[in-house]
Amino acid sequence: MSSALLSARGLMKSFGAVTAADEVSIDVPVGQRVSLIGSNGAGKTTFVNMVTGYLKPDAGSITLDGRDITRLGPRQISRLGVARSFQIPQLALDMTALDNMLVAAACNQGALSFWQPAHSPQRRERAMALLARFDLADHAERRVSELPGGVRKLLDIAMALAGQPKLLLLDEPTSGVSVEEKFPMMDTITEALATEQVTVLFVEHDMDIVTRYADRVIAFYSGRVIADDPPDAVLADEQVQRYVTGSARQGG
Amino acid sequence: MLALTILIDGVVYASWLFIVALGLTLVFGVLKILNIAHGSFYAVGAYAAASFVAWFATLGLAPAWSPVAMLLAAVAVAAVLAPLTERGLLRVFYGRDEVLLVLVTYALFLILEDVTKLVWGPTPYYVSEPYMLFGNVEFGTLSYVGYDFMLIVVAVLCGLAVWWGLNRTRVGKIVLAVIHSDEIASSMGVNVSRIYTFAFMFGIFLAALAGALTAPMVSVQPGLSVGVVIVSFAVVIIGGLGSIEGAAIGALIVGLARALAVHTWPEAELFSIYVAMAIVLVFRPEGLFQRIQARKI
Amino acid sequence: MHNPIARTMLAGVGAIVALMLAGLLMPKWLLFLSTMAISHGMVSMGIVLLMRSGVVSFGQGFVFAAGGYAAALLARHAGVNDAVTLTLGGGLAAALLALPFAPLLSRYRGIFFAMLTLAISMVLYGILVKSETMGGSDGFNVSRPTLLGAEISAESANFALYAVAVVLVGVLATASRIYGDSVRGLVSLAIRENELRVEYLGVSVSQAIAVNFVFAAFLGGIGGALTVLAQGHIEPNFSYWTTSGEFVFVAILAGHHSMLAVFLASFVVEVVRSFSNLYFPNTWQLAMGLFLLIVIRFLPRGLGSLWMDRLAARRARKEVRA
Repeated sequence: MSSALLSARGLMKSFGAVTAADEVSIDVPVGQRVSLIGSNGAGKTTFVNMVTGYLKPDAGSITLDGRDITRLGPRQISRLGVARSFQIPQLALDMTALDNMLVAAACNQGALSFWQPAHSPQRRERAMALLARFDLADHAERRVSELPGGVRKLLDIAMALAGQPKLLLLDEPTSGVSVEEKFPMMDTITEALATEQVTVLFVEHDMDIVTRYADRVIAFYSGRVIADDPPDAVLADEQVQRYVTGSARQGG
Repeated sequence: MLALTILIDGVVYASWLFIVALGLTLVFGVLKILNIAHGSFYAVGAYAAASFVAWFATLGLAPAWSPVAMLLAAVAVAAVLAPLTERGLLRVFYGRDEVLLVLVTYALFLILEDVTKLVWGPTPYYVSEPYMLFGNVEFGTLSYVGYDFMLIVVAVLCGLAVWWGLNRTRVGKIVLAVIHSDEIASSMGVNVSRIYTFAFMFGIFLAALAGALTAPMVSVQPGLSVGVVIVSFAVVIIGGLGSIEGAAIGALIVGLARALAVHTWPEAELFSIYVAMAIVLVFRPEGLFQRIQARKI
Repeated sequence: MHNPIARTMLAGVGAIVALMLAGLLMPKWLLFLSTMAISHGMVSMGIVLLMRSGVVSFGQGFVFAAGGYAAALLARHAGVNDAVTLTLGGGLAAALLALPFAPLLSRYRGIFFAMLTLAISMVLYGILVKSETMGGSDGFNVSRPTLLGAEISAESANFALYAVAVVLVGVLATASRIYGDSVRGLVSLAIRENELRVEYLGVSVSQAIAVNFVFAAFLGGIGGALTVLAQGHIEPNFSYWTTSGEFVFVAILAGHHSMLAVFLASFVVEVVRSFSNLYFPNTWQLAMGLFLLIVIRFLPRGLGSLWMDRLAARRARKEVRA
């Protein structure tokens, strides 16, 4: 489908005896909010890793806005407007939240200057605004190593948005976040995304989050897509209930 | 004939390298510490051997006993210095950044340089008696000192002993578990800190043994450690940090490369090792027997 | 509000003036010691630059020797006599020599980066020792240079070279500080902390490290050339791994937050080395080793962290209030 922003065709990926992707084909139109669900090892993160260039599929192709990105690395894919957040927040621990955001903002503004101060008023203002979008302004001058897990996750996501990406992939955005904070956090994120036409794929285990924030849910099992529908339909699906939501989660 | 000369020289040098590098790679495998002071323990072993051999002579023992003196020297060095170093010093810095630990061993190297000078003085020691003990070996027109071949035997024995110890004994399997993951081993009830101490002691023993065995072949003087440090590092990097097979192959590569240089292009002798290392790293960025752990994100 | 770049430059000029004035009051041995501290500190400054992007070079002896031999050879065979030209020539030569290695080295990290840089420096050492045209293991002497056309008398030689060193360090430390405070500088720090994230933000980590490597090479070359001019002698030992180790030592001692700390640390090391060589010839390495252990244990972020942390906290409080 040429109108799709992201198009995956026949993706295959194995790690030895483990099949992480088995003929995965997905088309995501612009602006859609898609949740990827499945038990651990089902292939959701592998899919995200392949789209963002961390892994190369054994077979199949991935297209972004008509352009083949299958063999590209994380850096090139990022420059094409794809951003991601991480299951374990990837931050510069010894630097402040503001510094982290300054770096994220600078990396997306073309060539990096050899002499212009990183802490110029304009850059600080922009970074603070990006932090404020996620209610992180109060933490600006604190070192990331001193920040609680939920705040780090938000910062991780906020940094991903610094470059105004077309496609945003969130890897378990609410994992490690306390129950009371999950909804406010997702509200903050969707609010920040509402103004731009960002297409979002988020991996999630919490079905309440999925039902509330996703337009569409894709369920994985053993590397295959076993369901692909709006949330209510998918969660009612028999296979999904057996392999994803119903039975106790296996493994860790 | 040239080929044979290069081969024999290469293997002899490789044997020496292997004994030196084996302890270094073992310590890294278990404790994840790249011990720059490994060369210092080698030097202390050489000095201790000089002292022990001299002491045996004063006791009236025949020169044939000198290998025993050398072995005792290595054991003594390990028994005295290893606990002091591992428990007294390294333990303080466990869990810190890996580069930081390397710097701690660098500080230890500096300290031991001067301590050996203070204990044994700056004048060279000569321990020549053991060198002639094994007679000569003839290969047609080539004549070699039997001592050099004894080195080959010792190297093979060490390699086999370590391999057998790790793979066929209960303690060895525990050590292998710690090498694989000290976290998992600890959660299975292994006293990891005791394994650390044991592995470190054995590594130091091997370093001191190499030094003791070398003492009869050189003049034992300050600066002995400096050359050994980099050469042993090169071997271990080539072979892959923590790998015993790697240390053996690495030693052979370096030994043969150096022998080749000495006999065909003498100017290259000093850097043949590093060229070999650079070439290996270009094709295998983590050494020959790598163990890459993909980062979890 | 002052432009931060102007402020840094002002500080640089101030430092040059202050050091020059101090130099007028120094006895000859102190001038020589300071010149050595500065020239060695340059190399360590380059190492700090690399540390700020997450890699430690254990082979800066390579660029130190390259700069030194370039200056020495220019003086001996090309008839170049001017101290400034020789020093800059040394820096340039070292940077050019390091350039082809930069893309290769920038693919490695941690101990492998360290070992490869070490290997390169040891290869150069091996070549220099066996090279008769370059004096072999003894090296060769270099006669006193001129300064901007004027002859330097034996009397004023120490001060003249000190002055050259002071001006160079003032300019280069200022430039390094500006670079460190720049956008690229901040991104380098982020690379040190989490290069995966930076790669995912679209920046080439390898390229950033390669660039820093060449900058560090230039600084190392300047340091080598200055050392040769001050000592009047060059030898292969400049490229030996223990020489490289000393530069790393100073960098660790200083930490990667302050340029001033690098030169303070370098000065301390020079003083300790000179005095213990004089009075306790077998203990200076012992002293260094113990000193290093104490720093690692109690000041893991280096001497510079003593005041940089407090400065940063004060700046942060100011911004929050603003």
